[in-house]
Amino acid sequence: MQALFGQLLLGLINGSFYALLSLGLAIIFGLLDIVNFAHGTLYMMGAFAAYLLLSEFQVGFFPALFLAPAAVGLFGIVVERTMLRRLYRLDSLYGLLLTFGLALIIEGLFHHRYGNSGTPYPVPELLRGGLALPFMYLPLYRAFAVVTAALVCFGAWLVIERTRLGSYLRAGTENPRLSQAFGLNVPLMRTLTYGFGSALAAFAGVMAAPIYQVSPAMGSNLVIVVFAVVVIGGMGSIAGSILTGLGLGVVEGLTRYLYPEASSVVVFLVMAGVLLLRPAGLFGRTR
Amino acid sequence: MSELPLRFSSGRVRAAFAFMVAVGLVLPHLVYPVLVMNVLCMALFASAFNLLLGYAGLLSFGHAAFLGTAGYLAGYGLKVLGLSTELALLLGTASAALLGALVGGLAIRRSGIYFAMITLGFAQLVYFLAVQMPFTGGDDGLQGVPRGRVLGLFSLEGNLRAYYFVYLVFLGAFFLLYRTIHSPFGHVLRAIRENEPRALSLGYDVDRYKLLAFVVSAALSGLAGAMKTVVFQSETLTDVHWLMSGEVILMTLLGGLGTVLGPSVGALVVLLLENGLAGFGSYTTVITGVVFVVGVLAFRRGFVGEALGLMRKFPF
Repeated sequence: MQALFGQLLLGLINGSFYALLSLGLAIIFGLLDIVNFAHGTLYMMGAFAAYLLLSEFQVGFFPALFLAPAAVGLFGIVVERTMLRRLYRLDSLYGLLLTFGLALIIEGLFHHRYGNSGTPYPVPELLRGGLALPFMYLPLYRAFAVVTAALVCFGAWLVIERTRLGSYLRAGTENPRLSQAFGLNVPLMRTLTYGFGSALAAFAGVMAAPIYQVSPAMGSNLVIVVFAVVVIGGMGSIAGSILTGLGLGVVEGLTRYLYPEASSVVVFLVMAGVLLLRPAGLFGRTR
Repeated sequence: MSELPLRFSSGRVRAAFAFMVAVGLVLPHLVYPVLVMNVLCMALFASAFNLLLGYAGLLSFGHAAFLGTAGYLAGYGLKVLGLSTELALLLGTASAALLGALVGGLAIRRSGIYFAMITLGFAQLVYFLAVQMPFTGGDDGLQGVPRGRVLGLFSLEGNLRAYYFVYLVFLGAFFLLYRTIHSPFGHVLRAIRENEPRALSLGYDVDRYKLLAFVVSAALSGLAGAMKTVVFQSETLTDVHWLMSGEVILMTLLGGLGTVLGPSVGALVVLLLENGLAGFGSYTTVITGVVFVVGVLAFRRGFVGEALGLMRKFPF
């Protein structure tokens, strides 16, 4: 029982990371027409930024939760301004290849500097310990992670679907040229969107740091799973991406409890099933 | 990609091919044969990949799955089942073709960038299977694979003998790809790449063409992987890892997308680069990444593409 709920909780946490990352991928793809392979790398950079803030500057977890995404977001803005914008007129496969190259460069550099093995990041003082619930022991930090990630997902959904800023973004996604003709600054929106998506990924990375080891390889394996999540959910709807992410995290957690050997592949098996039964994805609109 | 093809007289093409064949015959006496065999395997791999990306316009981000699966099964066939070399190659190729039919059948249900993500996902599935299945040897890989005997008669011990066998298989596979590209089938693939709805409305069963291209590409990638196992007498997780899927894209891109010779040139360049960089240790990935970025930003036509562009400009 204890093990089952523990795995479900971990699944929920992973699921919320999937949700945050696939959300970022979806809005970046929507506006920039680029599948951001470097998304996992940005997540890794977020975790490393938190680690460096702590070890070099004694800056704790909570400030890092804002500083790290801000720094990575800025990095994203620079990447968009200097490189990605040269590719908008080309086939979207070049965007995937460019971000793949970027991921190799950044991961290689971190790998060179910090080696292969992970570094632990301590759970913040305030969130140590846990609650003994009747059916399980609930570590405080993990409860915090689930709730915070869910709030951020909900916040992002609210901004995109319910505010004026979000309506600009949706208009730009729907038809960039027409939006530009109506006076929207689409190039600026693209820059900001890439920055925002990068920041979201880094935010997930900071949240992940106390749960997993901080290591250069933590992002690239994750991004492949997130791609599968995106295929399963379809990039058509924001709420859809969030639900798919959470749901698959839970499925993965359940598998880890029932049949641990399959836990690393279950998402890909679900992807195969979805492609067979609902080729457009659970929430997708088009091929 | 949509430029008009440069027409060569068939005499010129034949002369060029004859020259290449001659170079391949002499080369192992000048350079370490294993090095050349590695280039040939990767050149075949990249050429098979190019059939899909360069001609059908489908970006597979999971081609390592076919290379690796065939490599493992060929190794298993040689080491445990004691198959002759050509049967082991056949086993590898057939398994890759089967896997290609499965993955391709699912992946072509979506198009564009989803196609890349789906193939990447399935390749990761194959990678995890390779990590966990006992016969692959996990992290240690499959070691000490004998090269076997061709037709049960000719031993391939000795690098020169192995070289001429690999070279023969490479030429056969390359010729097959060349014929495929220039067949009516290849022209339909190009039509699909340029304008899928129009190809569909002309009555072509687009999905069947895509699937067949996928299976051929996967099978020949498998042949490359099986040969690689024969050459190195081992197979490891490197060949199924997503980095390998990225590497074959890099080779094809650098050499020239949608050109017959491009992928082979790209394979040569990338392998020379990696050999030259071996001393830089952990910077190798970084430099590969830089080459990728520069290639995408400034060198999208690749070596052969640029060369063809020059020849178009200055016809002689």
